[in-house]
Amino acid sequence: MGMGFLMDYRPLGAVLISLVAAALIILSKQHPKLQQGWTILAAVGKVVLVFSMLPEVLAGKILEVEPFFIAEGITLHLRADTTGMIFALLASVLWVLTSFYSFGYLRKQEKTHQTGYYASFAVCLSATMGIAFAANLLTFFVFYEILTIATYPLVVHNRDEESIKAGRKYLVYTLVAGQLFLIGIVWAQFAAGTGDFRPGGFLAGTAPNGALQLIFLLMILGTAVKAGVMPLHGWLPAAMVAPTPVSALLHAVAVVKAGAFGIIRIVGFVFGPQLLGELGVAEVLAWFAAFTIIVSSLIALGQDNLKRRLAFSTVGQLSYIVLGCSLLTPLGLLGGMYHIVAHAVMKITLFFCAGAIYITTHLTKVSQLKGIGRQMPYTMVAFTVGSLGITGLPFIVGFISKWNLASGAVQGGQAFYLVVLVLSALLSAAYFIPIVYAAFFQEPEGELAEHYYGEADKLMLVPLLLTAAVSVILGVFPNAGAHLYDLAAMSAQSIVNGQFIVGGW
Amino acid sequence: MKEQLPALLIVVPLVTALLSPLVAYFSTRLLRGLHLTALATSFACAVGTLIHALTEGTWHYRFGDWAPPWGIEYVIDPLSGVMAVLISLISVLVLLYAGPFLAEEGWLKKGIYYALYTLLTTGLLGMVITGDVFNLYVFLEISSLAAYALIASGGYKATVAAFRYVLIGTIGASLYLLGVGYLYAVTGSLNMADLAEKLQPLLAANSQAVLIAVLLIMVGMGIKMALFPLHGWLPDAYTYTSPAAIPFISGVMTKVMIYVLLRYCFFIFGAMNGVLPAVLEIVGWLAAAGIILASVMAIAQTDFRRMLAYSSVAQIGYIALGMAIGNYYGLIGAVLHILNHAVMKSCLFLVAGGVKWKTGEHAIAKYAEISRRMPVTMGVFLLGALSMIGIPPTAGFFSKWYLILGALDNQQWLYIVVIIVSSLLNAVYFFRVIEQAYLRKAEGEAKPEETLASVEIAIKNRGPELPYVMLVPIVVLGAGILLLGVCNNVIVTNILHYALPGGGL
Repeated sequence: MGMGFLMDYRPLGAVLISLVAAALIILSKQHPKLQQGWTILAAVGKVVLVFSMLPEVLAGKILEVEPFFIAEGITLHLRADTTGMIFALLASVLWVLTSFYSFGYLRKQEKTHQTGYYASFAVCLSATMGIAFAANLLTFFVFYEILTIATYPLVVHNRDEESIKAGRKYLVYTLVAGQLFLIGIVWAQFAAGTGDFRPGGFLAGTAPNGALQLIFLLMILGTAVKAGVMPLHGWLPAAMVAPTPVSALLHAVAVVKAGAFGIIRIVGFVFGPQLLGELGVAEVLAWFAAFTIIVSSLIALGQDNLKRRLAFSTVGQLSYIVLGCSLLTPLGLLGGMYHIVAHAVMKITLFFCAGAIYITTHLTKVSQLKGIGRQMPYTMVAFTVGSLGITGLPFIVGFISKWNLASGAVQGGQAFYLVVLVLSALLSAAYFIPIVYAAFFQEPEGELAEHYYGEADKLMLVPLLLTAAVSVILGVFPNAGAHLYDLAAMSAQSIVNGQFIVGGW
Repeated sequence: MKEQLPALLIVVPLVTALLSPLVAYFSTRLLRGLHLTALATSFACAVGTLIHALTEGTWHYRFGDWAPPWGIEYVIDPLSGVMAVLISLISVLVLLYAGPFLAEEGWLKKGIYYALYTLLTTGLLGMVITGDVFNLYVFLEISSLAAYALIASGGYKATVAAFRYVLIGTIGASLYLLGVGYLYAVTGSLNMADLAEKLQPLLAANSQAVLIAVLLIMVGMGIKMALFPLHGWLPDAYTYTSPAAIPFISGVMTKVMIYVLLRYCFFIFGAMNGVLPAVLEIVGWLAAAGIILASVMAIAQTDFRRMLAYSSVAQIGYIALGMAIGNYYGLIGAVLHILNHAVMKSCLFLVAGGVKWKTGEHAIAKYAEISRRMPVTMGVFLLGALSMIGIPPTAGFFSKWYLILGALDNQQWLYIVVIIVSSLLNAVYFFRVIEQAYLRKAEGEAKPEETLASVEIAIKNRGPELPYVMLVPIVVLGAGILLLGVCNNVIVTNILHYALPGGGL
């Protein structure tokens, strides 16, 4: 097994390719088709770039690049390690699918502000790659803030009062969080004299325990807002006014996962499980996560708007990842990291379905969807797969991560969290299964009884069927395609061992 | 020729200014060409002297070959060199931009305007490169008188504002002169380097006369740089001045005053001597209070220029805060923010002027849909706004980064809180404009009466976004905001590092 760090420009390429695309999209303002072309070109190019690094990373190599200094003594440092690869692979693949879905979605919408839409989307993906590959705190923060700002135009895409209000709410939450995060970052940088991520952390012994606890609090506040940990989740349901592809990729994958991924970096690569165990702060985080998991599910039960129900479900599922990290055990970390993948493919399927239903029928409420399974059978089968996956049914990808999370809780002697996991599974069944039941087994009422709409546009249907299929495939073969399970395992191992490069799993 | 660069830096614009009414009488095109050439020459000289100062050490230029401390010497170290480059660069760009605003004026008014503008530039350049405290006063008066007249040229309201500025500004300048008088009385010297040496024992012994001199100079310069609560003259002056001149005045003039204060505190008095730590502490508190209060005031404004004016008061506070922090990172932050804020604020006032030129409006409420008519201008505005808020990778973020590092080093927690809160307040008032410019639809108004002005504006509306002479400076400074951010390390390690007292400690 080869060992070592290699200089490689591909991580930088993966960041820049969509940034270039954003510039081209703005320049081809008069040509919507060309804009779509740039989007697809960049999306596919990004997937190729990211996948081309996979064999080397799996073989235990670390690819990194430091093109220049961004502040005195700190470089812009990008590094493709196992942890970052998981997030990068996931986001880049799902961007391709979301792009096609967007074409179908916007085709039926008013043709306004498309330039801003596609350009912001591309910038978001650049920022996401930057977050995935960031190798020090400042680099991470730069891309984290770019993501915050680039998402704003997408939230306010509709340009009406409601979306402007949602945009404000989004900014208040994320900008305040960003500033707190900044203090934490500067403080860590100042205390340790470095901000370079290291498996197992680099802060141990650099400051008194009280200061370290405060740094942890600041950093977690900064990331937990994006990860929707209660009570910091308020922006996420409000942001559902955005077009559905945005909710699907950004509010189920890129943005919120950037927060969750940030927590993984902070727990695993800034503080390290050992230090966090001594500080006793991870336990507090775990309580908040457990609280979020339960309460958000309860709130989801009461939502009639489909996207809002999905949003609260997202809030709960994200805290699975947070919980996994804060268990501080190898299996917990593994489960948390794999849940980034699992939740992403399942939730994007669900959002794609919600969008397909909205564009085809203009229905947004759960109570209006009785009998829709007869008109849109494929869509609703995909929805069923996603729903069952979220509840944790075996042979769908959600089971894999939840099994590991549960094992991780046992491993750490914290069996209490098993109760939380089981309870949450039941609750998610309670808010999803009725939708599925009504769709297939109840007589249509209202709109659906009067009109026959049929399936959604192919550009929307194919992506959602693909993600549903992936949910099942990964549920049976967790390593299929991109070796994501291996990557998560290697990453958890490296955090526990305190070394970048670990032997085979 | 080369050894005369410091003199040419001043003499070329000075002579051009004196010639300008005469030249204007013959040809106003020649006048413009001449002034642009003169300022460009100044810029070239400034770059030359900076390079010299960086490669061969501080440049002492003896005027008329009289040896200091009796003769006047110009001293170009990296700090004054950087300031000279900044002043002359922004001066050229803003003069280029001013063209269309003056197109309608007669030859006499043009001649006087150009003369005043170039005199202002001369005065500011003189202030930064002189090594003599009385000579500094002379240049201070040259620049101030030119500025009073320029501000007064903005119309009726501007005359009142200018008169107020004359009264307050003259008090400031007089206090400064009085302070210099005390210094001369106790040391018998006006040369900065000589003073620095002779003042050390006196400061250490808490000499009453020196103490009074310190206070007089601090208050005098505090007024000129609009340090809270001495900023009363600024909002009106910035609001009503001609849009052709204000980008230069707002960007550079107060920064030069702050440079003078920096020079006195850290190079002549020495920050650790006698009463200085206490004085700097007070400056820090005033700056902190000013940052918060001025930001709140900015939120309350409905006129875009007035909002920018209050924002200037707050931003000047950032620089003063860096001085009060006073350690390596604090000073780096302060000097970097002098550059950053000069570029950002000039750029934003250029945008404000551009919008005024195009639409005749200054009220934020009238900015609806402006982004469609002026996409490039508003794109640059977006950059400037993000930089003012401090979003990476724009320039503003990095001043904040160094300031927070400095404050952490001194454990000045309150200052960190102030910086963070101010970022968020900035976000409030800039996003208000962004919402207006990008998201709101212009309300269907009753058709305005066809006045001469409205017809003129209608004609302008048909043409391109802005004339190129206006658009180019906007884009150049916009690019500058990004460049200063991304390349801040180049500036910090290669220039500012050597610009601090003791050549970087």
